[in-house]
Amino acid sequence: MLFLMSAGLTLVFGVMGLINLAHGSLFMIGAFFCAAAAGLTGNFWLGLAAGMAAAAAAGALIEVTVMRRLYTRDHLDQVLATFALILILSEGTKILFGPFPLYLDVPPLLTGTVNLGLTPYPLYRLALIVAGLGVALGLWLLIGRTRLGIRIRAGENDREMIAALGVNIRALYTFVFALGAALAGLAGALVGAVQSVQVGMGEPVLILAFVVIVIGGIGSIRGAMVGALLVGVIDTMGRFLLPQVFALFLDPSKASGAGAALASMLVYLLMALILVIRPKGLFPVHA
Amino acid sequence: MADPVLSLSHLSKSFGALKATDDVSLTLMPGEIHALIGPNGAGKSTLIGQISGRIAPDAGTITFKGRDITGLSVAQRARLGLGRSFQISSLIPEYSARRNVMLGLQARQGHSFRFLKPVMRDRRLKEEAGAILSKVGLAGRASVPSAELSHGERRLLEIAVALALEPACFLLDEPMAGMGAEGVGALVDFLRGLKAQAPILLIEHDMDAVFALADRLSVLVYGRIIASGSVEEIRNDPAVREAYLGDSE
Amino acid sequence: MPDNRREYALNAVLALGLLLVPLWAYWAGSPFTITVFTRIAIFALAAVGLNIALGLGGMVSFGHAVYFGVGGYVAGIAAQHAFNGETFLGIAGANQMLIIWPIAMIAAGLLAAVIGAFSLRTSGIFFIMITLAFAQMVYYFAISWPTYGGEDGLPIYVRNTFPGLNTMRPWNLFILCWCLLMLAIGAFALIRASRFGAALMAIRQNPDRVAAVGISPFGIKLAAFVISAMITGLAGALMADLSRFASPAAMAWTMSGELIVIIILGGTGRLFGPVAGAAVLVGFEVIFGGMTEHWRLWLGLVLLLTVLFARGGIVTLIAGRERLG
Repeated sequence: MLFLMSAGLTLVFGVMGLINLAHGSLFMIGAFFCAAAAGLTGNFWLGLAAGMAAAAAAGALIEVTVMRRLYTRDHLDQVLATFALILILSEGTKILFGPFPLYLDVPPLLTGTVNLGLTPYPLYRLALIVAGLGVALGLWLLIGRTRLGIRIRAGENDREMIAALGVNIRALYTFVFALGAALAGLAGALVGAVQSVQVGMGEPVLILAFVVIVIGGIGSIRGAMVGALLVGVIDTMGRFLLPQVFALFLDPSKASGAGAALASMLVYLLMALILVIRPKGLFPVHA
Repeated sequence: MADPVLSLSHLSKSFGALKATDDVSLTLMPGEIHALIGPNGAGKSTLIGQISGRIAPDAGTITFKGRDITGLSVAQRARLGLGRSFQISSLIPEYSARRNVMLGLQARQGHSFRFLKPVMRDRRLKEEAGAILSKVGLAGRASVPSAELSHGERRLLEIAVALALEPACFLLDEPMAGMGAEGVGALVDFLRGLKAQAPILLIEHDMDAVFALADRLSVLVYGRIIASGSVEEIRNDPAVREAYLGDSE
Repeated sequence: MPDNRREYALNAVLALGLLLVPLWAYWAGSPFTITVFTRIAIFALAAVGLNIALGLGGMVSFGHAVYFGVGGYVAGIAAQHAFNGETFLGIAGANQMLIIWPIAMIAAGLLAAVIGAFSLRTSGIFFIMITLAFAQMVYYFAISWPTYGGEDGLPIYVRNTFPGLNTMRPWNLFILCWCLLMLAIGAFALIRASRFGAALMAIRQNPDRVAAVGISPFGIKLAAFVISAMITGLAGALMADLSRFASPAAMAWTMSGELIVIIILGGTGRLFGPVAGAAVLVGFEVIFGGMTEHWRLWLGLVLLLTVLFARGGIVTLIAGRERLG
């Protein structure tokens, strides 16, 4: 799931040099529309499609109205403008759907648990992982094998050049942005079933996604995958192991507090470390 | 024999499979203008990057005033007295010509952590800057923001800032680039007078200027120095002719 | 110079306006207004700090709220220890503002030195993200550490004291904040005009050139970053006293965003930009917040329009662009 977000972000930044803080809002939009549609129709899969479509549409709209003007501006302006978008979209969502969280149920096909060797594991979460892998494969195929993918990669390197070669840059960018948005929306919709769907659910994920792409290397899908894995593993293991480690030499109440505190910091420490050793990330894309 | 001010010894730098700098050795003696020429793509920028400190060489050493500076940062080398001008004018756009020069002076004096005295009220600093600007002929344009100066004026400002450092040697990267005929003539005279102050390593494309100014010439082709010597020697060198065959200069 | 006269006038209006309106409120017996203006002054102070790093130095610190929060926590922790007589690592608590302020500034400065040492090795988008990440790190740490309130924050039961003044009275606290704000603005002006400022602003525009004349950009940027954090830390301590509460939300990244918004709305790098920006931000919350629950939407729109069309902020809109001479 983290990968989905990161992939979208890295695509947008790598290809268009654009930082989009509102990616988290697209995540949220996907979740909300999915929940609403699923609630109306009673069908999760329809909801999923609706969520993705809504997010992609929102993405395209944002690209055409706002992002277009930001390509030539510096990063600070992009950060600010997309921060403003977060405010607008968050409040807008509240207006549209009301301030209370929506609920989304896991589709009946995917409920239950599966036995994974040692422990029972929720089927839905397994499905999430599979979905992530599927998307990764799809993206890899798209970018590596199709003509569109070549254009995207070329656009990463030299925007002006491919425009001169006659590729329709505007349409390409809108497409890439919408694709990134759709990925975010998909992530949001999928997560909506395990978490509550509420305003502000996107931001913590967004920040983590940024950490992931910094670690993995901005612009690299492979980096997003590895980064997401790394972050996910470290986070989970940290939360699990650290309190136990601390319990060895501190009394239990303090140990769990300190352990939790340190665990949450762990991911950022990793990022700091990576930035020091390899400032361009683990899989830098050569500009 | 005097010691060289600047000396490059077996410098090498590769980017992947591309050998941008291939075992380059070169000296700059006091009081001389040593020009470095070569066709486009010869690796001049990479070489300058290594001398100025922006790029780290894979092998070889750089010696400046008797010191090994191969491991020093850009700022450290500048403080030691390595003055340079940029091929593509690199100035502080919002600052006036005068203020750009004052920055150089401030750097030379070494007190950049002063918080209290307003810099524009520092009369001595302003006057020194004005004097330097006069030397390059920019005195009338001192208050103009550097972003608003003409291209030729910016090239001159680049040199003025380098002057402010009172460097032990000058590294000038295509100072004539884009200047009209008059400007080039004036600059040639200026540089001729400058070499007494500090030797100049001059990278240039403008052959007339090079032949008029250089005491020594080195020719860089595909990262290697294929010939080095006086203007006459280079003019008659067959290898050089071959390298430049078809070149319109 | 004729260009700057409009700016001087605007600055005077802002400084006096910030003083006179609460004065009127004092006579009119409206403590709420005074409190609102105290908030404006404090946010402006925090933004003056950020303006040094961002406005002068071009360092987009998306984690500056962490210094704001740290300042608040210093005030809170010191007060708590003074209150219940415990010690913090062996040091006794204090509830004197004059003692707390330097400590808050030093704490913020030390944190900034560490964060800056790592972050300033990067630039551009990396710098933005890494400052954000470090701030998040400290934020999560703060909400997980139960001793000092964790997620709920740390209440300050009795406001810290200042010699000769009853700080519980809104007007007194306001005047303290206003004076500190003016002092900070004065310091900003001095820094900007000094050699240090000249080097810093040059680094913002062209770090390679600055290195080429022999000034090492890293040292100057780090010093500016630390100073900037110290001023923001001071503001944080004041805020904790105002609300009588040290809140972890003061460290959240949304607060960092708000600080940047203040600077952009007011005018990046301009002397009184932070004041104008803070007035707009708090004004929005108070005025529009009264009208609609969705005032953030309008704020977002205003911000978006500002970034797209009025990039220089209010000060530039009114007093024109700056000439650096």
